[in-house]
Amino acid sequence: MSHFYTDVDHFALLPAILLALFGCAVFLFDFLLGERSRRWQLALVLPGLALTGWQLGRQGEIAPFTAFHGALTIDAFGLFFNWVLLLTAGLVALISYRYLEVEQEHQGEYYGLVLMAQAGAYFLAVGTELITVFVGLETMSISFYVLAGFLRGSRRSNEAALKYLLLGAFSSGLLAYGFSLLYGLAGSTYFGDIAAAVAGRPAFDPLTVLAILTVSAGVLFKIAAAPFHMWAPDVYEGAPTAVTAYLAVGSKLGSLALLLRLFLGPLGAARAAWEPLLVVAAVVSLTVGNLAAVTQSNVKRLLAYSSIAHAGYLLLGVVAGNATGLQGVAVYAAAYALMTLGAFAVLLAVHGVEMTDLTGLARRHPASAAAMVLFLVSLAGLPPTAGFVGKYYIFLALIEAGRYGLAVVGAVYVAVALFYYFRVVRNMFLTPGEAAAGPAAGLSAGVRVALGVTGVLTLGAGVYPEPLLQWAVRAVLK
Amino acid sequence: MGWLTALLALPLVGFVVLLAIPGRATGAVRLWANAVLLGGLALAAPLWTAFDRGAGGYQFVERMPWIPLLGAQYLVGIDGISLLLVLLTALLGPVAALASWNAIRERAKEFYAMLLLLQFGMLGLFLSLDILLFFVFFELVLVPMYFLIGIWGGERRLYAAMKFFLYTVAGSVVLLVGIVALYWQGGQQLGRATFELTELLRAQLPVETQRWLFWAFFLGFAIKVPMVPFHTWLPDAHTEAPTAGSVLLAGVLLKMGTYGFIRLSLPLFPDAAREAAPVLGALSMVAIVYGALICLAQQDWKRLVAYSSVSHMGFCTLGLAAMNSNGLAGSVLQQVNHGISTSLLFLLVGFVYERRHTRQIGDFGGLAMVMPRFAFVFAVAMFSSAGLPLLNGVIGEFTILQGVFVVNRTWAAVAVGGIVLGAAYLLWLYQRTMLGDLRNEANRGLADLTAREWATVLPLLGLAVAIGVYPQPWFAVLERPVLELAGRLGR
Repeated sequence: MSHFYTDVDHFALLPAILLALFGCAVFLFDFLLGERSRRWQLALVLPGLALTGWQLGRQGEIAPFTAFHGALTIDAFGLFFNWVLLLTAGLVALISYRYLEVEQEHQGEYYGLVLMAQAGAYFLAVGTELITVFVGLETMSISFYVLAGFLRGSRRSNEAALKYLLLGAFSSGLLAYGFSLLYGLAGSTYFGDIAAAVAGRPAFDPLTVLAILTVSAGVLFKIAAAPFHMWAPDVYEGAPTAVTAYLAVGSKLGSLALLLRLFLGPLGAARAAWEPLLVVAAVVSLTVGNLAAVTQSNVKRLLAYSSIAHAGYLLLGVVAGNATGLQGVAVYAAAYALMTLGAFAVLLAVHGVEMTDLTGLARRHPASAAAMVLFLVSLAGLPPTAGFVGKYYIFLALIEAGRYGLAVVGAVYVAVALFYYFRVVRNMFLTPGEAAAGPAAGLSAGVRVALGVTGVLTLGAGVYPEPLLQWAVRAVLK
Repeated sequence: MGWLTALLALPLVGFVVLLAIPGRATGAVRLWANAVLLGGLALAAPLWTAFDRGAGGYQFVERMPWIPLLGAQYLVGIDGISLLLVLLTALLGPVAALASWNAIRERAKEFYAMLLLLQFGMLGLFLSLDILLFFVFFELVLVPMYFLIGIWGGERRLYAAMKFFLYTVAGSVVLLVGIVALYWQGGQQLGRATFELTELLRAQLPVETQRWLFWAFFLGFAIKVPMVPFHTWLPDAHTEAPTAGSVLLAGVLLKMGTYGFIRLSLPLFPDAAREAAPVLGALSMVAIVYGALICLAQQDWKRLVAYSSVSHMGFCTLGLAAMNSNGLAGSVLQQVNHGISTSLLFLLVGFVYERRHTRQIGDFGGLAMVMPRFAFVFAVAMFSSAGLPLLNGVIGEFTILQGVFVVNRTWAAVAVGGIVLGAAYLLWLYQRTMLGDLRNEANRGLADLTAREWATVLPLLGLAVAIGVYPQPWFAVLERPVLELAGRLGR
């Protein structure tokens, strides 16, 4: 091969190639499958993800390395996020098929789009060049725009897609503008060159500040942090539940990886300028997310607001600015993926979204009700769950950084969060009466597997967090 | 596997096995849970003789790495203080299960599962010597107790369960921040990160730091005790909980707060604790008197017993505020005493409620005529709670007063006033329910205590008399750790 596309480049690109290839294969072979046998698409999707995982594993053996002259950086950080995202995609594929069958929108394109979104997200975790990450972000986002509107017959779903598309396009525009400013002040699109250029300027240089403002607006939108969170509740509520799960985890964590890459890389020298910005975004996210969640009667909406609050905790880890904080972000991200996917899997299991749909679940299907309690306890951040370990790390990082006030604010919102999460528990266990929604007896094998995996890992990472912590320590962005 | 680990693992294993039993087999579920809890008691009781009273430090210590990266360990062990509370827990667990034998028919499997999980959490808290482990158990008890109140509670159970949960969590998240800060500060001083209690005790924290940490810990523990003004969750939770829930709440869960003070706050932050002593004392004063006055106004039998806990736990915190050996020893013993006497009172209220389905004091009167044995047991429980000599209550209260008197005579005087008020509301309760004519016809046919009910109250009665008549062995267990702590506090 020529030196424009070396073996290393190929090796670095392979996971994304595999995801895209399998995605195209899904699109191509869909016509072979009848309406009733669409679930066999999983026979393409899961091996595709497994092969990608195998490639990630091979990359891990020689990481860190760079490819395409520094446009891709395969390091422990990127691999960590890609593993989490890959697991997310696999679980989403597993929990989707029964849902789509019931909604009578079981199209093969769904799985293709999931894989395409995953291919885009791959670049967010390992991309270190502006155009690369922008294309990755758009590949992921466009897949999500389509996925959000996947229930063609549902007005809500269409509205969600349109809303997400319009606002998303606007935020992409802002981000692109910010990128152009960064390019303008560095004369290069590579993160390393930009970092040097930003470091050569004063921290509050107007051009840098403007770039920071626009870039933050773009990525905060994608991770659904306040004050750019407005879209989240409506889109989460309207999108198909399985897509909401993917959106809440995949899109958020992929964009979080991008945020970390950008703010700690090219913008690292201007920390003094962006740190206050993120502090405000974090505190407002915690406040808005937690307080608005209290009154929700739709569980998807409730989880949407709570995901805004979780974005706040993740930002607090970035704000702390020390190694512990970055470990905390990694641990929290992994925990968030597990518990959020688990909670959505329970919603898919009962095929309901309203609080009342869960009424009496403890009687109808005690196992999924118990699993839901575990996920909610973890989301709230009580031991012994993965969510507690994540929160613990964030608090520790804040205290190490001397930011006691932020630690206390974060801690107090745990109590608020507990209130609304346990409103769901109350509905499942304490409120008498049978539920209005369909029986949980239709639990698909995929949902069972997803519940098992997320449940065991959520509890396991809480009881014995050492392996996860070790992994997170290695994954800290240097 | 060591002794303490076996003791701790038993309810957890019992819980897991219980989940495998089909829910329809109510009898098997009930039998299994009772057997496991009784087995736990049989396993715990020999600790009393095997415990070396002359030795300092912790005994039966077991250690395993847990999260090496954080320096957290699985570290369990007991000293005299935790020995008493472990034994109390091991005893009250089966008592609570036995008391629910007939009362809980609905969703029995879930009920006993929660009971076993709760027992695991309570034992774990008193056994752990690693602060992170301690915190995990501190939180772990909340979920089962939430369900115990919320599913099997009285009319306002939803409200009470949520209130209990939120209050405690609000306190414990601040406690968590305190623990993290202590871990960080201690780690800086010791040169390595650790949650091990005995290690952290060696750190010399500046007074300023101690002050912040003390008050963060204070919030967590004071809500749990509960001290006035954080007590408002207690009457709701205790009144609405099923009998087993009330027994374990009053008997064990409240002690987690005072135990937290003794095990963590006082030894870790001695300078800040001495500074805070007047505040602790004043709040205890208010709790003792205010709790007793509210009891005088109660129309609801169970609510009265619940409020009496506020008053009695005030004595326990008052003993802590004295911060000398008498005050501390008295406080620990009084915690055990309160566990015994209040559990008895809740059990007895529960027995009556099962028969009559009302708790209004006005609905009763003259019960001694139809239920003489019940009236006798109730009299013993009441006198034990009120502090009649030769029963357990007086020993703890007297020792606390001894300790308090040398520190602050006003406190002692007010506390004595509290004892008088306590006798007043308890005797008045007895008069209104047990004595006089049988005014309400509905009470005429009430059955006296059954064999099963005797089995639940007898061990508690026996202990109440044993402690009251010959308290020496109990103090002998406490002597070493209490002197050590008082020495740390410089009193």
